[in-house]
Amino acid sequence: MSFASPMIQEPASAPEPAVAAKVAARNVNVHYAEKHALKDVSVDIPARAVTSFIGPSGCGKSTFLRCINRMNDTIPICRVTGEITIDGKDIYDSRLDVVLLRARVGMVFQKPNPFPKSIYENVAYGPRLHGMARNKTELDEIVVNSLKRASLFEEVKDRLQESGTGLSGGQQQRLCIARAIAVSPEVILMDEPCSALDPIATAKIEELIDELRSNFTIVIVTHSMQQAARVSQRTAFFHLGALVEEGSTEQIFTNPKDKRTQDYITGRFG
Amino acid sequence: MTDTSMAPPGTGIRTFDYGSDEAQARVKRRYQAEARFKLYGLLAVLFAGAFVFVLLADIVRKGMPAFFEHRVVLTLDLDASLIDPTGRREIDALRNGDYNKIVMDAWRANFPEVTQRSERRRLEALVSSGAADDLRAAVIRDPALIGQKIRFPVLLSDDADLHFKGLSTRISTVPGAGALDVKVNGREVELSGSGQPFAAILADVKAGLLKDAERVGAELARLPASQQGGNNAALDARRAELTQKVADLRRRAGDAGSAETIDFSSMPSRIIRAEGASIRLQEIGPGSAKGFLLVAPQREMARLESWAIATFATPESNRKASDADISWLETLNARGAIEKAFSTRFFTSGDSREPELAGIRGALIGSALTLLVTLIVCLPLGVGAAVYLEEFAPKNRFTDVLEVNINNLAAVPSIVFGLLGLAMFLNFFGLPRSAPLVGGLVLALLVLPTIIIASRAALKAVPPSIKEAALGVGASHQQAIFHHVLPLAMPGIMTGTIIGMAHALGETAPLLMIGMVAFIVDIPQAITDPGTVLPVQIYLWSDLPEVAFQAKTAGAILVLLGFLFVMNGAAILLRRRFERRW
Amino acid sequence: MTSFYYALMVALALGAYFLVRSRAAALASGQTLHSRPTYHGLLAAAQVILPMILIHFAGSIMAARFVEHQALVAMDPALLTDELRRGAAFREIREFAIGRGAANATQALQAGAAMYAYLSALTNWAVLGLGLAVGIAMALFSLRSISGEFRARNRFEQVVRYLLMACATVAVITTIGIVFSVLFETFRFFQKVSPIDFLFGTHWSPQTAIRADQVGSSGSFGMVPLLVGTLLISTIAILVAGPIGLFAAIYMAEYASPKFRAWAKPILEILAGIPTVVLGFFAALTVAPLIREVGTALGLSVASESALAAGLVMGIMIVPFVSSLSDDVITAVPQSLRDGSYGMGATRSETITKVVLPAALPGIVSAFMLAISRAVGETMIVVMAAGLAANLSFNPLDAVTTFTVQIKTILVGDQEFDSAKTLAAFALGFVLFFFTLTLNVIALAIVRKYREQYD
Repeated sequence: MSFASPMIQEPASAPEPAVAAKVAARNVNVHYAEKHALKDVSVDIPARAVTSFIGPSGCGKSTFLRCINRMNDTIPICRVTGEITIDGKDIYDSRLDVVLLRARVGMVFQKPNPFPKSIYENVAYGPRLHGMARNKTELDEIVVNSLKRASLFEEVKDRLQESGTGLSGGQQQRLCIARAIAVSPEVILMDEPCSALDPIATAKIEELIDELRSNFTIVIVTHSMQQAARVSQRTAFFHLGALVEEGSTEQIFTNPKDKRTQDYITGRFG
Repeated sequence: MTDTSMAPPGTGIRTFDYGSDEAQARVKRRYQAEARFKLYGLLAVLFAGAFVFVLLADIVRKGMPAFFEHRVVLTLDLDASLIDPTGRREIDALRNGDYNKIVMDAWRANFPEVTQRSERRRLEALVSSGAADDLRAAVIRDPALIGQKIRFPVLLSDDADLHFKGLSTRISTVPGAGALDVKVNGREVELSGSGQPFAAILADVKAGLLKDAERVGAELARLPASQQGGNNAALDARRAELTQKVADLRRRAGDAGSAETIDFSSMPSRIIRAEGASIRLQEIGPGSAKGFLLVAPQREMARLESWAIATFATPESNRKASDADISWLETLNARGAIEKAFSTRFFTSGDSREPELAGIRGALIGSALTLLVTLIVCLPLGVGAAVYLEEFAPKNRFTDVLEVNINNLAAVPSIVFGLLGLAMFLNFFGLPRSAPLVGGLVLALLVLPTIIIASRAALKAVPPSIKEAALGVGASHQQAIFHHVLPLAMPGIMTGTIIGMAHALGETAPLLMIGMVAFIVDIPQAITDPGTVLPVQIYLWSDLPEVAFQAKTAGAILVLLGFLFVMNGAAILLRRRFERRW
Repeated sequence: MTSFYYALMVALALGAYFLVRSRAAALASGQTLHSRPTYHGLLAAAQVILPMILIHFAGSIMAARFVEHQALVAMDPALLTDELRRGAAFREIREFAIGRGAANATQALQAGAAMYAYLSALTNWAVLGLGLAVGIAMALFSLRSISGEFRARNRFEQVVRYLLMACATVAVITTIGIVFSVLFETFRFFQKVSPIDFLFGTHWSPQTAIRADQVGSSGSFGMVPLLVGTLLISTIAILVAGPIGLFAAIYMAEYASPKFRAWAKPILEILAGIPTVVLGFFAALTVAPLIREVGTALGLSVASESALAAGLVMGIMIVPFVSSLSDDVITAVPQSLRDGSYGMGATRSETITKVVLPAALPGIVSAFMLAISRAVGETMIVVMAAGLAANLSFNPLDAVTTFTVQIKTILVGDQEFDSAKTLAAFALGFVLFFFTLTLNVIALAIVRKYREQYD
C-alpha cells in the first residue's frame, strides 16, 4: 500500500469538480445498531477545493464526514458498508491502516478541543506520533509553520509554552486547525468548526479555510447556509440520511434541482 | 522518510511520505506498543480476578472441614445408678449424673489391653470432653432412656477428628509377602518368617536413611566457614558432629543386610496390621522383626498368613496423633464405628477452648445485635443528614464545612473510630465494655458517611419536577419532600444502607479497641451483655495454635462471606428492581 | 429502668398525639384551623419526646458521675485522688452491687456497694420522676395551645428542620470527638514523654514497669521505627496497587467490551468487599509461608512475618480502590479530547498515555493519595501478617511493625489507664489521624477542583 503522493503545490485554480475527485464515495450506508443513519450516499469530493455538507440536524452529514477518516470506528455499535476511496484507494480496505489514514485525513471538531498541554505540545503532538521530525529544530519548524498557516502564530509566538486551553475560543479552534495541518494531511474534515464561536472568530476561521484550500482538500459540515455559500465551491445537501443533491455551490443556492433543497435553502424547514 | 524539501514559498507546509518503509516500520512498532499496552491492562484485571479466585479457593479448601465432625458410635449403658440414683427423674439430679463415666467405660471397652495409666489417658483424650455433655442433653431430653442400652454418637477430640480429615499423616499400606510366625510376650511381639519377609521394608528404611544423610549433608554445607583467628570451637564441634552423622547414616544405609532400630523422632513409623491387631515395628531385620502390640488381636495369633504393613510418613514426634492414637482410630474405623456428620454444633454453640466444641453462635448473635444497633442509629441519622444537606441546607460556610467533613470522615482509618469509642463511649460515658451496644454505636459512626453519601445521591437522582409538582398543588416544602421525594429515593437509600451494613459486618479493628475481643462462651442476650462479632471471632481463632482452629477460622470466614454475599446480592437486586431512569 | 423510661415516654407521646389530635379535630368542626389536626398531634408528641430524651441523657450522665463519686467516698475517700486504683475500685463496687462480686468482700467494699445500690436506685427514680413531670407538663401545654390560628404545621416543620440539622451535625461532632479524644490523651502523654523523644526517637519499647524502682522503669517511645515500618508496608502496597489498579482501570474504561466489563466489574467489587480480617488470614497463613519458602529456596533469610507478605496483600486490597477511583477520573476526561487525538492518527494507547492520562493526572494523583491513606490506616492485615518487632529496617523481608499494630497491641486486653504506654497508643492514633486527614483533605480538594474543570 502506498500513498506516496507528495503534495502538489500548484497555485489553486478555479475548481473543476468533475476532473479530480480526491474522495469518492459509492453507496455508503451507516447503521447505528438498528438505526439506519446514512442511506446509499454516493458523492465525489474534488481536490483542493472546499466542499460543504448542509442539511437539518440529524440528517447524516456529520456521520458521513466521520466515515471519511473512519472516526466511526471508535463507536462500537456503528457499521459502515459501501465504498469510500481516496485517490482511488478504498479506505475501508482491511489492509489499510487507520492510523495512517487519519494522518492523511485530518479533522477539526465542532467544539475546540485543544489538549490540556502547551500550545507548542498541541501542535507537536501529531508530528511526534508519526515521527515526522528527526530533531528539535525540525519539530520547531513544523510547529511554527503550522501555526503560521493557521494564522495563529503572531498571536501566540510569545507564549508557546502556555496551556492551549487558556486561549480564546476562536484561537483554540485555529490551534486545532494548526494541529491538524502539522501532520501534513491531504484532506481536512471540519465538523461545524464555527458553531461554538462568535461572529468575529468565525470570520477569521472562514478566511483561513479559504486560504487553506490552495493546499488541502477541505470538507466542511455546517448548519449555516450562509457559511456554506461563503466558503465552499461545492455543496451537498443531506436530508434524513440521504444525499439529496450535490453540485457547485452557486448552482445549489440559486437553482436547486430538488424540491427539498429548495425548501431548505429558502427556510421552509430546517 | 522526511521530505525536507519545502513546499513552494508561501505555503510553508512540509510534506511527508507516509508510504515510505521507515514510516511503515514505525507504524508497525506503534502497533506493537499498542498491543503490549493492552495486554498489560488485561493482565492487571486478570491478576485481580485470579487473586479473588485463589483466595476463595484457599479458604473453601481450608474451611470445608469445619462443617463436618467425626464421631464414634458406641453402645452406652445408661446405668440408672450413675445418672439418677434417686430414681425420681428430677432435672437437677439428671444434670448431675456421671455421664463421663458412662462414655469412658464404653470407650475403653474397645481396647481392653490398654491398662497402663499414661496409655489410658492418651486413649481417653481421643474422645471430646463435650461428649458427656451431649449425652446429658440427650438424657434430659428423653429421661425414658435411663436404664437402657443405646447406640450413641460420641464426639471425637480435635486430634482424632483431624486424623480422619487427613491432617495427621500420610498413610500408605502395602500387603506383606509370606507367612509370619508370631511370638507374643505380653505386649512385646517377635515376628519371623522364611524368605526374608521384611526385606522390602528394610530397603525402604535404608532408602530413608540415605535421604537423611543428604539432608544432614546439606546442613553441613550451609555451615559458615571458620574465621581465621576467631573462636571457632562451637562451629568446629558442630561440623565434626554432622560429618560423623553423615558418615554413620551412609554406612547404615549401605549395609543392606543389617537390622535397623526405628527412631520414632525422625523416621516414619511402620505398623503391621493383621487379625485386627496393630503391631508397631521397633527393630527390623531382613527375616525377623521386633514390635510392640498397640492393638490386641481379635483372637490368639501364632502364625499370620496374610498381613499388611502401614507406613505413617510423618515421624511420630512431629505430629499430635501418636502411632497408638492412629492405630486405635483406624481399628475402630475398620470396625465401622466411625461416622462423619454435618456439624450443626458449629452453628449452635458458642466459643470454646476445645476446637471440636467451638461454634459461631455467640459471634453470630453478637453480630446481629451489633448491626441492629448500628442500623437503628445510623439509618435515621444518615437519611436525616442527607435530606438536610440536599434539601434544606443554606449555601454557606457551615454547610461547606459539613460537606468536606463528611467526605473526610469516610476516609478516616477505622481504628481511629475505635479510639473514639474507647475514649468517649467507654471512658467518658461509662458504657459497658465488650457490649454490642458500644460496638454498634462505633460502627454507626463509621458507616454514617457512606449512608449519607449514598442517600444524597439517591435524593439527587429524583428529578426536581416531582417536587415542583407537589409544591404546585399547595404542599409545603417538607410535605413535598417527605411525601414524594423521599419515597422515590428510598430504594437508592436502602441499597446504600445495605452496602453500609455489609461494610459494618466485616469491620474488625474498631471493635478490638472497645474490648469485643474477650473470650466469651455465653451467648449474648441483650445489647449490653458482653459479646463478640463474627470478624473478631475469626481474628481470635486465627491466633490460636491448635491446627483444628485453622479450619474453624476458615469455616467462620465462609459464613461471613456468605452473609456479605447475600447482603450485596440483595443490594444489587434492589438496585436492578427499582432502578428508574427519569 | 431505661426501657421502662422509654416505654413510658412512648406511651405519653402517643397519648398526647391522640388527645391533641382529637381535640383539634373537634375544634375544626366549628371553625377552620390553620393546620390540620394531625400536625397539632405531631407537634404535641414531639414536644413530649424531645425534652424527655434530653432529660434522660443529661440526667443519666450526671447521675452516673454523682453515684460513682459518692460510692467511692463511701468506700475510701482516698480513692478519689488515686487515679490508678479508682477505676478498678469502682468496677469492683459495681460487680459486687449486682451480685457478681467475690464473697469475701471487705467492709469498705460493702459500704461502697451499698451506697452505690442506694444512690443508683434513687437517681434512677429521680430521673424518671423528672422526665415524667416534664412530659406531662409538655402534653398539657400542647393541649392548651390548640387554637384556630395556631400554626402547628409551621412549628412542627421547624422542629423537623432542626432535627435534620442535628443529624447532619453528628458528622461534625464525630470529627470533633475524634480530635478531642486523641488530642486530650496525647497532651497527657506529652507531659510524661517529651514530644521530641516521641517524634524522633529510634527505639520503641513501650513496656513500663509497674513500680518505679524496677529495672528499665521507663519504656522508650520513639516512633521512628513504626513510621518506617508503616511506610515500608504502604510503599509495597502502593507499588502493587498502583500499576495493577491503574492498568485495570485503563483496560476497563478504554478497552474492555461490555461483556468483559460485566464480568470483571463484579469481581473487582467482590475483592473490594472482602473484609480485611479475611485478607489478613490469607496473608498470614498462605502468602507469608509461600514467600518464606520461595525466599529460602533462593537462599534469602525471610522473617516469618515479613513486611512483604503484609504489603502484597494490602496492595491487592487497595487495587479495587485505586481502579474504581481512576476509572472515574479517566471516564471524566471528555470524549472530544480523545477524538482530537484519534483524529490525528494516534493509536488508542498513544491517546491514553499522551492525552487522557495527562488530563486525568490530578485525579489519579489524588486517587493514589487516598490509597496511601487507606494503606497507612489499615489494621487487620498488618495485625495478622506483620509482626510486633519494632525493627528499624527498610528490608521488605524483615518483620516490621506499624502504627496500627502498636495501637491495637497496647489497647487490646488489660490496660491501666493513664500509664504512659496506654497514652502512647492515643499519641500514635493522633499521628495516624492527622497524617491520613492531611492526605485526604489534599486529595479531596484536588478531586473537587478536577471535577469542576470538566463539569
